[in-house]
Amino acid sequence: MSEAAAPDPFIPSPYRVGKVRRETRDITTLEVAPIDGQRPDYQPGQFNMLYVFGIGEVAISVSGDPAASGHYVHTVRDVGAVSGAIAKLPAGATLGLRGPYGTAWPVELAEGGDVLFVAGGLGLAPLRPAIYHVLGRRENYGRVALLYGTRSPPDILFRQEVERWRRRLDVEVLVTVDRADTDWRGDVGVVPRLIGRAGFDPHNAVAMVCGPEVMMRYTADALRAAGMAPDRIWLSMERNMKCAIGLCGHCQFGPDFICKDGPVMRYDRIATILTIREI
Amino acid sequence: MEGLERIVLAHRFFAGLEQELGPVVSGCARNHRFNPGEYLAREGDAANEFFLIRHGKVALEIHAPGQQPIMFSTEGEGDIVGTSWLVPPYRWRFDARAVELTRAIGIDARCLRDKCEADPRLGYEMMKRIVPIIVDRLDETRLQILDVYGKRGQ
Repeated sequence: MSEAAAPDPFIPSPYRVGKVRRETRDITTLEVAPIDGQRPDYQPGQFNMLYVFGIGEVAISVSGDPAASGHYVHTVRDVGAVSGAIAKLPAGATLGLRGPYGTAWPVELAEGGDVLFVAGGLGLAPLRPAIYHVLGRRENYGRVALLYGTRSPPDILFRQEVERWRRRLDVEVLVTVDRADTDWRGDVGVVPRLIGRAGFDPHNAVAMVCGPEVMMRYTADALRAAGMAPDRIWLSMERNMKCAIGLCGHCQFGPDFICKDGPVMRYDRIATILTIREI
Repeated sequence: MEGLERIVLAHRFFAGLEQELGPVVSGCARNHRFNPGEYLAREGDAANEFFLIRHGKVALEIHAPGQQPIMFSTEGEGDIVGTSWLVPPYRWRFDARAVELTRAIGIDARCLRDKCEADPRLGYEMMKRIVPIIVDRLDETRLQILDVYGKRGQ
């Protein structure tokens, strides 16, 4: 009797695009559901490889609610050929998908203490599944704060949802932008500056940080200055991922591969590597 | 300790100030209340005063002809507004506008400068408090200029 051949990890499964929502001028959110079979479960922070036939494949974090079944939600920024093609896919289009891959946000480890989400720009998308998870089990956590920084008021991602979270009495939401005109009533400045204003116990909190790497470095510095230990800070790293299963080495980050050992990584493990320019 | 001195020393900017310097600093201080839309300072005016924000929010803005003012920072509780009072020719370099009801302590800049000249210990103490704020703002401005949320080359 011959053994069944293992499925080829490089062959994507066909998925169909459902709802499409334009979030900002260059960011789009798509729901994608498997054409055959069940959507595999995923953990907050994981990503899929999305393949646009004839154009290419790209790693995109899942941005939906892990508790919602049937489809994945991906939020894509049009920055290149593949992401631009994904952002332009209409409802009903077909694409290939491999995944989910990678490490998850420490939502269970954070139980019993305060939780600080710090997002910059599109970085709110990979954090959103963790936010859903925490808010869905709100009684398991202490104080919860979301600090969000972006370029300008029209660039605020998931704006209606952020406003809804802000109205809740059990979540502190602080939003800042880099620049604004005088109609803006919120804060102007960089997101690390919000850390001093958020209510949390640095000795009993977990920070989950996602955004451009420069922003994450400054945020980690600000969290350390606020008294948070480096093993309580988690970052979602980004590198050019190709195989997504730790084989090709495109996303090597020091001794790790971001696709396999990340994208979510503990700060104390990567702090020194973050300062090496060649990596 | 007088009421105003207590309020001045309770502000983050003066945290840990030597007790004997308290009356010296608060001798240059006065209380302010700014309604929403009211200006604390206008670009080009003499920087005769700087402000310790106790409550509220202040927008720092630059004007450009034919455009709406550009808001480049907001300051709130515990922050200070104004560093131009330290550097000749002592002129405000931006507008400072209350976005919401704001309570602040104003420090008479000439009064404090004169006291710093007369007592280098006070002057050094002030420098130790102001310089980290200037450095932080330089870092923040650098991040804003980098436009980390924008597309490369945009």
